[in-house]
Amino acid sequence: MKGFIIKEFYHIFRDVRTMVILFGMPVVQVLIFGFAISTEIKDAEIAILDYSRDNMSLELSNKIISSDYFILSENLEDESQIEKVFQAGKVKEVIIFGDHFARNLEKEQSASIQIIADASDPNTANLLVNYTTGIIRNYMAEKMGEQGMPIEIKTEYKMLFNPELKSVFMFIPGTITVLLMLVSAMMTSISIAREKELGTMEVLLVSPLKPIQIVLGKVIPYVVLSFVNAITILLLAFFVFGMPVQGSVILLLAESLLFIIMALALGIFISTVSNSQQTAMMLSMFALMLPTILLSGFIFPIENMPEVLQWLCNLMPTKWFIIIVKDIMLKGVGLAHIWQETLIIIGMTILFIGLSIKKFKIRLE
Amino acid sequence: MLVTGIQYPVSSISLMSTPSVIIKNLSKSYGKVEAISDISLTVDKGEIFGCIGPDGAGKTTLFRILVTLLVPDNGSASVEGYDVVSDFKKIRKIVGYMPGRFSLYQDLSVEENLKFFASSFKTTIEENYYLIEDIYKQIEPFKKRLAGKLSGGMKQKLALSCALIHKPEILFLDEPTTGVDAVSRKEFWDMLKRLKEWGITIMVSTPYMDEAALCDRVALMQDGEIMSINTPAGIINAHKKPLASVRTNNMFKLVEDLLSMNDCHSAYRFGASVHFTPKSDQLKTEVLLQNLRKLGHNDIEVAPISPEIEDCFMELMTIA
Repeated sequence: MKGFIIKEFYHIFRDVRTMVILFGMPVVQVLIFGFAISTEIKDAEIAILDYSRDNMSLELSNKIISSDYFILSENLEDESQIEKVFQAGKVKEVIIFGDHFARNLEKEQSASIQIIADASDPNTANLLVNYTTGIIRNYMAEKMGEQGMPIEIKTEYKMLFNPELKSVFMFIPGTITVLLMLVSAMMTSISIAREKELGTMEVLLVSPLKPIQIVLGKVIPYVVLSFVNAITILLLAFFVFGMPVQGSVILLLAESLLFIIMALALGIFISTVSNSQQTAMMLSMFALMLPTILLSGFIFPIENMPEVLQWLCNLMPTKWFIIIVKDIMLKGVGLAHIWQETLIIIGMTILFIGLSIKKFKIRLE
Repeated sequence: MLVTGIQYPVSSISLMSTPSVIIKNLSKSYGKVEAISDISLTVDKGEIFGCIGPDGAGKTTLFRILVTLLVPDNGSASVEGYDVVSDFKKIRKIVGYMPGRFSLYQDLSVEENLKFFASSFKTTIEENYYLIEDIYKQIEPFKKRLAGKLSGGMKQKLALSCALIHKPEILFLDEPTTGVDAVSRKEFWDMLKRLKEWGITIMVSTPYMDEAALCDRVALMQDGEIMSINTPAGIINAHKKPLASVRTNNMFKLVEDLLSMNDCHSAYRFGASVHFTPKSDQLKTEVLLQNLRKLGHNDIEVAPISPEIEDCFMELMTIA
């Protein structure tokens, strides 16, 4: 056993490609996801529909446009144009001032503005609305200071195309999940398939080594390395993106370990049905990577999927793990809230281990 | 104890002990292709037994069944008294196996490979060092080198060391000398001879007919069947027909022309000449010369020769 584990570490540390996937990828992927989902807005094109056209509405419009964030693409004449400019993709946001904006503010100390954003890109939409309301609130405070009386500008916003704005800021939980899945399942399945492809499996089988020893010898190094990876990602999330873990770090690491073991069991299962590294890689890609990214809620919100796909999502261990990581990292909940998801992953782990043991071939056919 | 129909000269060892390998009516197919069919043989303790035959003769399949990697379709086989199907775990502890393809870890050094296989068998390099000393000493200067960077001959020596590290009772070497240079091949066979002195039974397969002479007994295999089992000398003695080595100025046409003759039993390329066997019991050199001249050959040399294993193999194939 010990000899086997040492040998496995030699394989890993001597293969440049393995090392890059193991240690380069987590860093690169976290940074790419992190910066691609940028929190900055610059020169976003907007349209303004102003029914008042009085001094205050113009003043506020100017303020919004002269900030670095927005550029006025066009002034609209009436509501029917709103949908057209959105559909043409010309603007990302439309700001609508109601009738008698200035008069309402002066007489009734209250006026309203409506903001409509194109939420087909939910992150950007959310940011645009936040920036706009920020500027409006600023303007409100200025006016209150000048006039010495309380006024209120009610902003009302509407998200077009994707009203629920799911999937924002969950790239860290998603990335951890994808990477653990990739490293654990793909790397083990490839490494076992490699023994078959190069013929060394033949020699291993004709030795007193038990299948369980071969499997454990393969798996233990990857458990260790995947765990190191999980910690690396969490550290990156904290130091580069300022994303702290709200809940218990120990619980999070324990859940990660469980998920790693599940993924490894899955990887061994894949290796039992593939005879070459290529097959193992393709199977891992299609069986793991695509569903992990597409059907786990990592990028596309599950709530918006057709019912059939939602059912499929329930079969993805990644879906449950993303929920667990999100809940611990963002909401700071304890085991009491996520025991169901944990149980589901434990169940899947047992299933895959059982399948692998049943499928592991003690002979060549 | 021996229930095979094959006759061979009984050596003194086989009288004293049970055979190492007993194979009875063994068959194995891959789909419709029959890899080996109805093979029976026994290998005595401490002998070097060679399976000789071209690619596709079924040697690898036979070896894989014996080292428990494949399950036969029909028949039975046992190694050191253990059945290859039901007692596979016991067999895996006592056999040394060298697959046909280099099957060590190319990204591990010579020493690391040896250490790994020693630990897999719960032993150490030191414990059985006496057994591999001869072989390992030759590659020891390169022990820090990765196995993938060794030459073919050194790879074979390392693979043999790894197969021996746990002091197996019987060695299965599947085409150990294929793709190895002539000098290394000779060295390799010298090593096997020395291993035999430790009492290890060795079953080896090879496509090289000249290596048959180095075995104690050989089985000539073709298309999944055994054509003959005998000592090398026995096989050569069984070749009763006259044999001639023929050379002319037109070697390309020679085989074809010889085969077209009425008195031709067989004719095949053998190195730089063509080996010819007549149908009649005597070689009529003058008639042969005349016929060849008629067909336009010049500078004809015909020399009667004594057969080698390959000639016997070709003869067995011609009869079959």
